[in-house]
Amino acid sequence: MPHDHHDHDHPHSLLPSDPELRVRALESILVEKSLVDPAALNALIDTYENKIGPRNGARVVARAWADAEFKAQRFADGTETIARMGVHGRQSKHMVAVENTPDQHNMVVCTLCNCYPWATLGIPPNWYKSDAYRSRAVREPRAVLDEFGVALLPDQKVRVWDSTAEVRYLVLPMRPTGTEGWSAEALADLVSRNSMIGTALATPPGDAP
Amino acid sequence: MSRIHDMGGRFGDGLIPEKDDSQVWQAKALATTLACGALGAWNIDAGRHAREALVPRDYARFSDYEKWVSALADLLVTRGVLTVEDLVRARQLALGETQPAAPARLCDTALRAADVLASQRKVVPYTRAGGLVALFRGGDRVRAASYNPNQRKPGGHTRLPAYAMGRIGTVKLYHDSHVLPDSNAQLHGAGPVAERS
Repeated sequence: MPHDHHDHDHPHSLLPSDPELRVRALESILVEKSLVDPAALNALIDTYENKIGPRNGARVVARAWADAEFKAQRFADGTETIARMGVHGRQSKHMVAVENTPDQHNMVVCTLCNCYPWATLGIPPNWYKSDAYRSRAVREPRAVLDEFGVALLPDQKVRVWDSTAEVRYLVLPMRPTGTEGWSAEALADLVSRNSMIGTALATPPGDAP
Repeated sequence: MSRIHDMGGRFGDGLIPEKDDSQVWQAKALATTLACGALGAWNIDAGRHAREALVPRDYARFSDYEKWVSALADLLVTRGVLTVEDLVRARQLALGETQPAAPARLCDTALRAADVLASQRKVVPYTRAGGLVALFRGGDRVRAASYNPNQRKPGGHTRLPAYAMGRIGTVKLYHDSHVLPDSNAQLHGAGPVAERS
């Protein structure tokens, strides 16, 4: 396969252009040179497929809905409060919870790269990393929300949080009506990944999975 | 706009794609990037900058994990973890043109499988110590710099997006004194560095 270009500043052009082969090339040489343990790669994949994902964030949101004292503390210091629930991970030191209200809807983007709250939501979905979301979320958030099927309340403002390199934002969606007295466990089923990014509302009780 | 990654506010991108086509190679790209980060040869800001520093044509046509793995290859070489000759061999290994040698004992800094979960749940603060005094507080009216404020390197890393440059706004939240990515990405330390004449 011909190389597209050779550039001393961009050694990656020495690798095969097919992405699957590109990854295999790096993995092969790193393993051969004893720099990477193949078992560690499998453990990393397992971690983000099965252990660190949106269920972590859903537990935090459900607890905030069910426990007013917890919610008050959470807004005083998001980091400490989620850490006490055993939710912590990469870039979780500087977490800010942003609460949706009838006056204000919040949504999160990273226009410069893909900063995302891995500790509470796992790895980001492809749409979050797309050029279209990154470019449009700050220019026409209402059109973006409409595309996701989010119906805002009349007069509801939209605030867009563009992630810094260090701070991670977690949207606290509004608790659906008709869920009074529900357990935190049951409430967590209403909290989708997208509702914690701000591109969905919490699932109404009748539509719960 | 200093670089192609700075796309907030850009026109013409169309609809947001819905599909999540997770594939094995993408998970491998993620895992390999994280495992290499554990070697300690660079920091997270340098990792981001390596992706931004892909030539615009590559940045625009690569999917996200292609950006990751390509920037990783560049970083491994520029930081001296691998050589250009290693990448030539890596290509041969991937294409089955040669057979891999049995690895020697795993290097001391390599991430061990048993440590993976703990490593990913480790909380790393980005707070910068040193009794820094904030110039602004919540509620203050401020104007963002009207240029890429990275004074060490033209076109270098910054977290000030182009759509905010030169704009007047209000400080909503004070997040504390954090590592300055502009200098950290160039491996010049966590804080701003005075220009040398």
